[in-house]
Amino acid sequence: MTTTSLRRSLFDKQILIPFVLLPVWIVIYFNLEQWVNFLVMGYPQTQLTEAVKFFIYEVPKVLLLLTLIVFGVGIIRTYFSPERTRRLLEKRSLLTGNIMASSLGIVTPFCSCSAVPLFIGFVEAGVPLGVTFSFLIATPMINEVAVVLLFTFFGWQTAILYVATGLTISIVSGYIIGKLKLERFVEKWVYDIKTVKSSAGDDKVTFTDRIESGYTAVKEIVYKVWIYIVVGIGVGAWIHGYVPENFMAGIMGRSAWWSVPLSVLIGIPMYSNAAGIIPVMQALLEKGASLGTALSFMMAVIGLSLPEIIILKKILKMPLILTFIGVVGCGIIIVGYLFNIIF
Amino acid sequence: MTIKILGVGCPKCRRLEEKVKAVIDMHSIEASIEKVTDVKDMLKYNIMMTPGLVINEKLKSNGNIPKDEQILQWIREEIN
Repeated sequence: MTTTSLRRSLFDKQILIPFVLLPVWIVIYFNLEQWVNFLVMGYPQTQLTEAVKFFIYEVPKVLLLLTLIVFGVGIIRTYFSPERTRRLLEKRSLLTGNIMASSLGIVTPFCSCSAVPLFIGFVEAGVPLGVTFSFLIATPMINEVAVVLLFTFFGWQTAILYVATGLTISIVSGYIIGKLKLERFVEKWVYDIKTVKSSAGDDKVTFTDRIESGYTAVKEIVYKVWIYIVVGIGVGAWIHGYVPENFMAGIMGRSAWWSVPLSVLIGIPMYSNAAGIIPVMQALLEKGASLGTALSFMMAVIGLSLPEIIILKKILKMPLILTFIGVVGCGIIIVGYLFNIIF
Repeated sequence: MTIKILGVGCPKCRRLEEKVKAVIDMHSIEASIEKVTDVKDMLKYNIMMTPGLVINEKLKSNGNIPKDEQILQWIREEIN
């Protein structure tokens, strides 16, 4: 790179904008509560005021935090391509492979519409089946949107707990699937495909490219989920202000033993992204639902999605799909009970 | 020239197709656009993320939507 081009790229407005916006972001984020309090000052302390206040405070707060984190994660993801992850996972033994696959699942860019080519790409390169599953379980379950929303609505402890349990579930489930030796339930043609080695994905990535990926991620993800967040917080605000205390205790409370498996069963076919479900969950928690039950519901909704299962049906036979749902579902149920006992 | 869009029909794949079409129309380039939706055909190009962009049987990008200028540059390279 010549000096002029270096200088040009340093003063590229693409790179400069984040540095200008960051202080603005900090000022807004940390003063938001004060401003909202100022706005609602003078209004009578009614349920409506409470609900409105909740809404106009939480919506900008979550969107601000989400934009920042998605931007950051978008940049981090440029360091991890599926090709690179695959190379790291090739011929790994079980357990080590499962742990690596689950962790890499968090940072590797992935979209559920790519589940099939990714699965085949992994298996064909010699990544063991169980290790591939660990990756496929961790990627959707532990994502930045879920973590940001858990952090805002439930606090950092719950966010960390969610990540830790999500990782454990994906590691253990992948390990079990690997141990069960279910390779025969993968469509045979998957193993017969011979691909040509290509160098795509190994292109030189410049710093400007990485920053740009951050923008693209914000555009794609925030644009996609903001409406769910607004609706979710709206419903949450309504529950917050109008649903009576302990209303949920009977249905989603700790004493109802059947609530955990039921939540998982209801959660699997639901395909709301974390964005919509988490604010509602927080409101329900206030009304007597228990954390374990809420957590298993969220994990089932986010981690076991019907569209992805339908996509995987193209390459996996029914016994393997059912094992996958069963093992992960059981994991989520165990986590639910565990949390209900501990908290 | 043949341009192939690899993808099972996710929103990103459709956006890429529209983009490529726009680029071709704008610069009056003669090319046929082919959609590859069968996973088996797609995998010949060794992609793990959709959408994939293949120009004259060479994989140019996968997993993202390249910029207009980039697409045009790849097409130009293939013409020469």
